[in-house]
Amino acid sequence: MSATVRAGVRRGMPVFPATVALGVSFGVLAVPLMGVVAPVLMSAIVYAGGSQFAAVGVLAGGGGAFAASGAGLLMNGRFLPMGFAFAPAFRGGRAWRAVQGQAVIDAAMVLGRDEDGTYDRKLLFGISATQFVGWVGGTALGVFAGENLPDPDAFGLDAIFPAFYIALLGSELHRVRARVAAVLAVGVVLAGSAFMPPGVPVVAAAAVALIGLIPERGGGEDSGPEKEETA
Amino acid sequence: MTTTLWLTIGLLTLGTFVIKAAGPAALGRRELPAWALPVIALLPAVLLSALIAYDAFGGSEGLHVDAKLAGIGAAVTAVALKAPMTVVMIVAAVATALTRLVVA
Repeated sequence: MSATVRAGVRRGMPVFPATVALGVSFGVLAVPLMGVVAPVLMSAIVYAGGSQFAAVGVLAGGGGAFAASGAGLLMNGRFLPMGFAFAPAFRGGRAWRAVQGQAVIDAAMVLGRDEDGTYDRKLLFGISATQFVGWVGGTALGVFAGENLPDPDAFGLDAIFPAFYIALLGSELHRVRARVAAVLAVGVVLAGSAFMPPGVPVVAAAAVALIGLIPERGGGEDSGPEKEETA
Repeated sequence: MTTTLWLTIGLLTLGTFVIKAAGPAALGRRELPAWALPVIALLPAVLLSALIAYDAFGGSEGLHVDAKLAGIGAAVTAVALKAPMTVVMIVAAVATALTRLVVA
C-alpha cells in the first residue's frame, strides 16, 4: 500500500511553522551580508538549511567562495547516506531518480516512513513541498524583518537551528540502540572537532550508524527493517 | 563581494544537487541489500544528533561554549515534556536571549 502526496503534506504540517521560524532566522542572519534577494533565492535553489547557515558563516568571517561553499557541502555530506536510504522509494530511470532525490530533506528522514519502516516517495514529496514553502517563505519574512533588527543574537535566533533538530530527534530515540548511536555520534563530533576541518565531524559521525550491523539479541520491540534481516 | 556571493551560491547549489542525486542514481532500480536496512534505521538518530552537537559546541569556529547552550538545554527539556515543535524553538530562543542578557 502506498501513501499519497496529500498524506505527506498532512505529516509535514506540524513541522511547517518550525520550518518557517528556521527560515526567518536564516533570513535575519543573512540579510546584512547578502542583501534581500540572494538569501531568498539561495533558500529556493540550495534548499538545505544547515549548509546555508554554514556558508553564510564563512562569508561573514571573510572567507572566499570556495571555503564557504566547501563548508556548506560538507554539512550536506549527510545527504549522501540519506540518498541511499531513500533510493529504493523512487521510480523511473537513473536521471529521473536523481531529480526525485532532490526532495530529500532532514524532516523527511523522520516523517517520510511508511508503517513498515521503509521510505515512501509520495510521503517525501508531500513533506518536502510543505517544507519548501515554509523555508523559502520564512527566509523572505526574515530578510524583511532583519533589515530593521540590529542584533539577531540578542533575541537568541541562533538557537532556533539546533532546537529544530532537537525536536526532530525527539521522536527517534525510542529504541535503546538509537540512543546509543546518538551518544556515540555526539562523541565523534566532539572528538573530531578538535582536529578535523569544519563540517567533516558531521560526515564522520554518519559511520556510527554501522553499529546497526551488530546483530541484536531479543529484538522483540524492534520495528520494520530489523525484522526483515532475521527473517 | 557580489562575485564571491553568487559563486558561493552557484557552487553550493551544484554540489548539493550532486550529493542528493548520487544515492538514487547509483542504486538505480536495485533494492538495498538486507544488511543496509538496520544501518539506515539508525541514520536519522545519528545524523540529527551529530548536527546538534556540531552546532551546539562551536561548529565551524572550533570547540567553544556560549549562551546558545542554555537554549539547547531548554529545547531538550521542552522535548522531554512533549512540547510542540514550535514551542521547543521559541523556548530555546528565549532561554538563549535571557542567558545572553544576564551573562553579558
